[in-house]
Amino acid sequence: MLKQIEGSRAVAETIAACRPAVICAYPISPQTHIVEALDEIVRMGQIDDCEFVNVESEFSAMSVAIGASATGARAYTATASQGLLFMVEPVYNASGLGLPIVMTLANRAIGAPINIWNDHSDAMSQRDSGWIQLYAQDNQSAADLHILAFRLAEEISLPVMVCMDGFILTHAMEEIDIVDRDLVDKFLPPFVPRQVLDPADPVSIGAMVGPEAFTEVRYLAHVKQLQALELLPKLSKEFEEIFGRRAAGEHDADGLITKYFTDDAEIVLVALGSVLGTIKDVVDELRATGQKVGALGITSFRPFPLDAVHDALVDAKKVVVVERAFAPGIGGIVSSNIRTAITNIPCQIFTAVSGLGGRPITRELIRKIFASTVAGTMPALTFTDLNYDLIDREIERTNQNRRSGPMAENLLKDLGAK
Amino acid sequence: MSTPLKFYQVGSFAVGNRLLAEGQLSEQSHPDRTNSLTSGHRACQGCGEALGARYALDAAMAATDGKIVAVNATGCLEVFSTPYPETSWRLPWLHSLFGNAAAVATGVAAALRAQGKSDIRVIAQGGDGGTVDIGFGPLSGMFERNDDVLYICYDNEAYMNTGVQRSGATPPAARTNTTHAVGTNPGASFTQGKNLPVIAMAHGIPYVATATVADLHDLEAKVKKAMTYRGARYLHILVPCPLGWGSRSEETIQLARMATECGLFPVFEAEYGEVITTKKIRRQVPVEKYLKPQKRFAHLFGTNGHPELLQAIQAIADKNITKYQLLEADAQEQDTSKESSRG
Amino acid sequence: MDKPFAITLNIGSSLANHTGSWRNERPVYVNRLPPCNDACPAGEDVQGWLYEGEAGNYEQAWRNLVRDNPLPAIMGRICYHPCQTACNRAELDEAVGINSVERFLGDEAIKQNWQFNVTAAPTGKRILIIGSGPSGLSAAYHLALKGHSVTIRESAAAPGGMMRYGIPAYRLPREILDAEISRIVNMGVVIECNTKVENAEATFGEGFDAVFLAIGAHLGKRAFIPAGDTARILDAVSVLHMTADGQPPMLGRRVVVYGGGNTALDAARTARRLGAYEAIVVYRRTQEKMPAHEVELKEALDEGIVMRWLSTVSRVDEGSVTIEKMALDEKGFPQPTGEFENLDADSVILALGQEVDLSVINGMTEVNVDDGVVEVDGFLMTGRRGLFAGGDAVPGERTATNAIGHGKHAARAINSWLQDQSFVHADRPDLASFDRLNTWYYSDAPKTVRPKLDAARRASNFSEVVQGLDAETAVFEARRCLSCGNCFGCDNCFGVCPDNAVIKIESGKYEINLDYCKGCGICANECPCGAIDMELERS
Ligand SMILES: Cc1cc2nc3c(=O)[nH]c(=O)nc-3n(C[C@H](O)[C@H](O)[C@H](O)COP(=O)(O)OP(=O)(O)OC[C@H]3O[C@@H](n4cnc5c(N)ncnc54)[C@H](O)[C@@H]3O)c2cc1C
Ligand SMILES: Cc1ncc(C[n+]2csc(CCOP(=O)(O)OP(=O)(O)O)c2C)c(N)n1
Ligand code: SF4
Ligand code: SF4
Ligand SMILES: [Mg+2]
Repeated sequence: MLKQIEGSRAVAETIAACRPAVICAYPISPQTHIVEALDEIVRMGQIDDCEFVNVESEFSAMSVAIGASATGARAYTATASQGLLFMVEPVYNASGLGLPIVMTLANRAIGAPINIWNDHSDAMSQRDSGWIQLYAQDNQSAADLHILAFRLAEEISLPVMVCMDGFILTHAMEEIDIVDRDLVDKFLPPFVPRQVLDPADPVSIGAMVGPEAFTEVRYLAHVKQLQALELLPKLSKEFEEIFGRRAAGEHDADGLITKYFTDDAEIVLVALGSVLGTIKDVVDELRATGQKVGALGITSFRPFPLDAVHDALVDAKKVVVVERAFAPGIGGIVSSNIRTAITNIPCQIFTAVSGLGGRPITRELIRKIFASTVAGTMPALTFTDLNYDLIDREIERTNQNRRSGPMAENLLKDLGAK
Repeated sequence: MSTPLKFYQVGSFAVGNRLLAEGQLSEQSHPDRTNSLTSGHRACQGCGEALGARYALDAAMAATDGKIVAVNATGCLEVFSTPYPETSWRLPWLHSLFGNAAAVATGVAAALRAQGKSDIRVIAQGGDGGTVDIGFGPLSGMFERNDDVLYICYDNEAYMNTGVQRSGATPPAARTNTTHAVGTNPGASFTQGKNLPVIAMAHGIPYVATATVADLHDLEAKVKKAMTYRGARYLHILVPCPLGWGSRSEETIQLARMATECGLFPVFEAEYGEVITTKKIRRQVPVEKYLKPQKRFAHLFGTNGHPELLQAIQAIADKNITKYQLLEADAQEQDTSKESSRG
Repeated sequence: MDKPFAITLNIGSSLANHTGSWRNERPVYVNRLPPCNDACPAGEDVQGWLYEGEAGNYEQAWRNLVRDNPLPAIMGRICYHPCQTACNRAELDEAVGINSVERFLGDEAIKQNWQFNVTAAPTGKRILIIGSGPSGLSAAYHLALKGHSVTIRESAAAPGGMMRYGIPAYRLPREILDAEISRIVNMGVVIECNTKVENAEATFGEGFDAVFLAIGAHLGKRAFIPAGDTARILDAVSVLHMTADGQPPMLGRRVVVYGGGNTALDAARTARRLGAYEAIVVYRRTQEKMPAHEVELKEALDEGIVMRWLSTVSRVDEGSVTIEKMALDEKGFPQPTGEFENLDADSVILALGQEVDLSVINGMTEVNVDDGVVEVDGFLMTGRRGLFAGGDAVPGERTATNAIGHGKHAARAINSWLQDQSFVHADRPDLASFDRLNTWYYSDAPKTVRPKLDAARRASNFSEVVQGLDAETAVFEARRCLSCGNCFGCDNCFGVCPDNAVIKIESGKYEINLDYCKGCGICANECPCGAIDMELERS
């Protein structure tokens, strides 16, 4: 049923259609609207046999989900930013134990300085947590990916994080198709846990594992991620058969990546999440002027689809990764993953750190990125829209107070400031 | 025999007795007890925690017809019971993290409620560190929500698993590896302490109780009673640790007994925030008698000892005795009776 | 369940880990000798029969008891119960009322007409016992149990020795005495009364294979006391004997008894019962030094007997005695002070001890006599091969219990001797001392019922007026036993092991599972009765 609806509400109603048994949450912007809606839905009795637990912290939110999932209940929670960091320990634990929890991450910057607006720093901090990470490009896919997430999580017994850009998606009103529960039931069978706490068949879950087997355990976690890589395309297809659309959005290739004019593109912009829409618009503009540009969206950042990315970029000459997060001291995070995928392709790769802490990534900015890439003036790592006057003044000021050495100077050179 | 046998002088404190009727026997006296924690675990010789856990869980299993799910915090109990490839547990058991046992248990309880399995009951358990310190937030949350979980704290008064460091439950003057017995006020400082049973009571939850491994019948009765309530319940069990306390392995139960008999560890139970019963001291001993066998208090004794600290500890015991009315006329009368050298 | 590798494990799998290899010491179940058993002159397995009593198995308790002592109803009344003096429970609150339970069992046996079963085949050996006091009866019983044919010759008109002719009936009702003696007669023991043996040696000629001399000590000791012609002086043993025969002597209204033993008190109390309104016991030393049993003194005082401590009788006249006051010297010995006092007295009873009538061994040179008693070896045999002796006639404490013990030992020695074997004393296990107990586990009766029990516990000794224990209180009293040094099935070891390394086969029967026992020692430490030792592992 099509509804003009806020992204958060759409996600909440879709979650409800997935029939979770335990929902737990702790409020944090911009996740709040999702769990507020879910509370209402549960209280209205619109999910059979579902418990909504108001916990006292994100640490407990994830812990409750762990307990519920290990007891064979479909468990869901949502968070963002500081909340994700507060639950890091159980986040790792959930994946380590192989519990198919689904969590929405309403992507938000991490403090200090505290900032409630969107970027991907939170999600990126957990890229190695062993969770599957799926990124939504728009609100329809944000909703749909949750259905896919539950199915995938339960099939391979790993937790899945669905990342949707805070405010940009969570608070945006759009026309969304809210899925029919019968269709969801077709796609998502009741949860059959791999391991469960059951007095009728007791087991000990969560043993201490020493050097003699730890590497094997870790390797098996990797194998599971690779299995997900194979499973996602299949599930995406199945999803399309039932729902009549791709879960990951309009130009989804295989559930793993979105390809937009990549086949003959010489310059490809790579991105995660909602910015892809903006990029696609600019690609349309540039294509209209005959430029061979394209866009590549990464839906499954974990597991990372090395082969699909490789194939999508095999003919590209220049690849620019537009990143909503970065690793201080080195630079692009997504970029280095892309680089791994295309090591044997003779193409240049650039990192454009953009949209941090809610700074908008406009079409104009994307146009600029394309333009300087075409012009060959694109630095390897750039912070787009950076206020250089401000930076200069600040660095100068600190230099007067303390010797900072040549490092800062060099850094500024890297940034193309001098 | 025609006359019914009325008095049971022997066997009222022991684990069992051939003369007791079925209902008067402890769970531990049954050859077919659950042994929720079975042999082959790697706890130290004489570990009070291993003992307390089996006592408590076997009682819970008996009270629920074997329908228990247990969640365990990180700590000795977890480490010595489940090193891959072997587990000593014989019930469904989950270890997640050090600080989240209460929350994980909430999740288990929520799942069971959603699944309509109200007959299966949830126990969360952890050491004092996992309970009064790092896991305190989730525990308080679990209390406040009144989730249907019995939380059991095995209090050995320090972080033992990491090699004996101070916790919020470490008693004043005790030497640990982070409260060394040097300086003018050696050992752990005299603070107001973190009295978790009382904090639990302040949450107004249905049932809070303390117990020790020295009084099995009391412990079992409390576990069983706890299982008659729905909602959040808290049981705090004193479990001496030979390694951390520097005591002889055979003294574990004896020390727990003296901890209560000197007044330092009051044994009581509370309903909805009000104390309803206290275990009276049977044969009062001065705190010295309890402290002396423990090397963690060795610096209080001898020529360079600290009689003033001993006095301060005795004052704590005395305060407990008054506050919880641990002495009664009958008990005082028994005080005068001579005691065996093994107290 | 599709369990993930390493993270999720099959329950109970740690049984594969044999932690027994950590052990330095291992627990070993032991049986120690309880102090009660140790102290009982009759060698009763007190703890053993109390164990049955605790369960209310009274017949079994009685049968266990009579393995050593065939006269429980009697001893439950007259024994000075050194077992209770030794009882570990006295250090905790108060000794177990062993004696009162024994009396209860003895009475119960009479009530239920429980008999001794002789299962041994007749041996054809004939044994003569001279004297039917407790030592003679005990020997007869034990010998009869072994299948020997036993004859007792008794000079008095009825059997029982001092139990009949010394101990007053108010302490030991004669129907009790008769009942327990007749049970021994029912075993086939022949008692020939009014048959004084004049010459022990001669009896060997009658075909007896062994002879047991159990003649007691019946001659009242005399002391030289200046006395007027009409002074009435009697000796205690005769007074009691005559009273027992139903022909009590005339004692008058005021009686002075001279002596400080039980006999003196019995004589004084008997005098009161015979009509004396005043009975004064004159004793040389102080109360602390008095050989009479404390309880007996208390009973006497309760009955109005008056004690004159530190006094000697220096002269007796008609109607009065002169006593001299004594004072203790630095060594604690009484010395005359020269201070005298006159007491009114119609008669004076001397209770200065008894001597053995040794005429029966006159002429038997191999039999040595020392200090008025017959010398015996460790097997109670005299210098005459085949002639054994016991009870008051040989050195040792003169109590009925001791006599019963002698009877038992003599019977065993005779039995071995008849088979040309020497009797071997079983090794005595180490003592179950108080410091080995963990007394925490023992509790006492509720306060409300304690007085009732106290009364019943004390009643047994000297008064038939107050009843003894009933079934309920007897079982209660039995349960006060701490079972020193012997497992009583409390399940503590089974319960307290942190490694579940104690296997309970049944209550009271446990085994250590050495696969898992880490040797922590908690079981031994928490064993209430000290029945577990920790022994060093050898390797
Ligand atoms: C007044 C009194 C009170 C006592 N109270 C107690 C008490 O409360 N508790 C306690 O434990 N002890 C008590 N005793 C001591 C106790 O009675 C004796 O120690 C005990 O009876 C000794 O037993 P026996 O078998 O050696 O000798 P006896 O009991 O003296 O028996 C010896 C028997 O041998 C017979 N006899 C002797 N010579 C011959 C012979 N030639 N031929 C045939 N028969 C012979 C005697 O007639 C007598 O029947 C008391 C003693 C007295 C005198
Ligand atoms: C978050 C976290 N911090 C610290 C630790 C290290 N750690 C593991 S067990 C433990 C001590 C446990 O003490 P306690 O809860 O009292 O249990 P005990 O071992 O004494 O039984 C500590 C500090 C950890 N596992 N996790
Ligand atoms: S350190 Fe203490 S709590 Fe830990 S296993 Fe050893 S005795 Fe038990
Ligand atoms: S308590 Fe029992 S076993 Fe111990 S000395 Fe007393 S009667 Fe004998
Ligand atoms: Mg601890």
